[in-house]
Amino acid sequence: MAEKEKLTIVVFSGELDRALAAFIVATTGASMGMDTTMFFTFWGLNIIKKNEGGIRGKGLMRKMLNFMNRGGSKRLKLSRFHMLGLGTWMMKRLMKESNVPSIEEFITMAKQMGVKLVPCSTTCGVMGLEQDSFRSEADSIAGAAFFLNEARQSGVTLFI
Amino acid sequence: MKADHSLDCVGLYCPMPIVKTAEKIKELKPGEVLEVVADDEGIKQDMPAWCQTTGHEFLGTEEEGGEIKVYVRKKRD
Repeated sequence: MAEKEKLTIVVFSGELDRALAAFIVATTGASMGMDTTMFFTFWGLNIIKKNEGGIRGKGLMRKMLNFMNRGGSKRLKLSRFHMLGLGTWMMKRLMKESNVPSIEEFITMAKQMGVKLVPCSTTCGVMGLEQDSFRSEADSIAGAAFFLNEARQSGVTLFI
Repeated sequence: MKADHSLDCVGLYCPMPIVKTAEKIKELKPGEVLEVVADDEGIKQDMPAWCQTTGHEFLGTEEEGGEIKVYVRKKRD
């Protein structure tokens, strides 16, 4: 390999199943020696929000948004068959029985493998989120120019 | 096939066998052979693909019972 290949994933969705797909591709990319970046935007930000801590954001509307949209790797729901939590609970159990890592474990693993976890600045601004809203594994907040600069150098770019 | 190192990935689904292989291969010296034992079918396609991307040499697959063994020779550090 002459130059390190790059993989960039836009994580727009915040559901458990979609996050799982994103992390499987990201950790595999890193295992294949690819320079991997995950760019979290909109609902995707929920995946890397801290699990603990109070309701974030300044002002009533942002507080309401972050109350409804609490986020945190442990609060993610399935995109289908959530069924008031029953479906998601069952899926998590099946994953555990099959030795598939949880999203929590995938985040730790991805970080150890050098995957960059970048929160999108515009959605952070709109939703009233700051660097401190995200877990310690998250890299610095960045904008679309950062994403495009990564993406234009990437052989593979995905939107999940 | 004879191997210098072995990695047990039985009971693990994609991407774990590949993630663990990438981690394990760091312990090998160039020229040494790693055997990965798995039971997820995906490994048969994934390991040659991983080798193609990383530049390590894929030596082959052996199957007995439900167990799949794949062999990789480390090319360089």
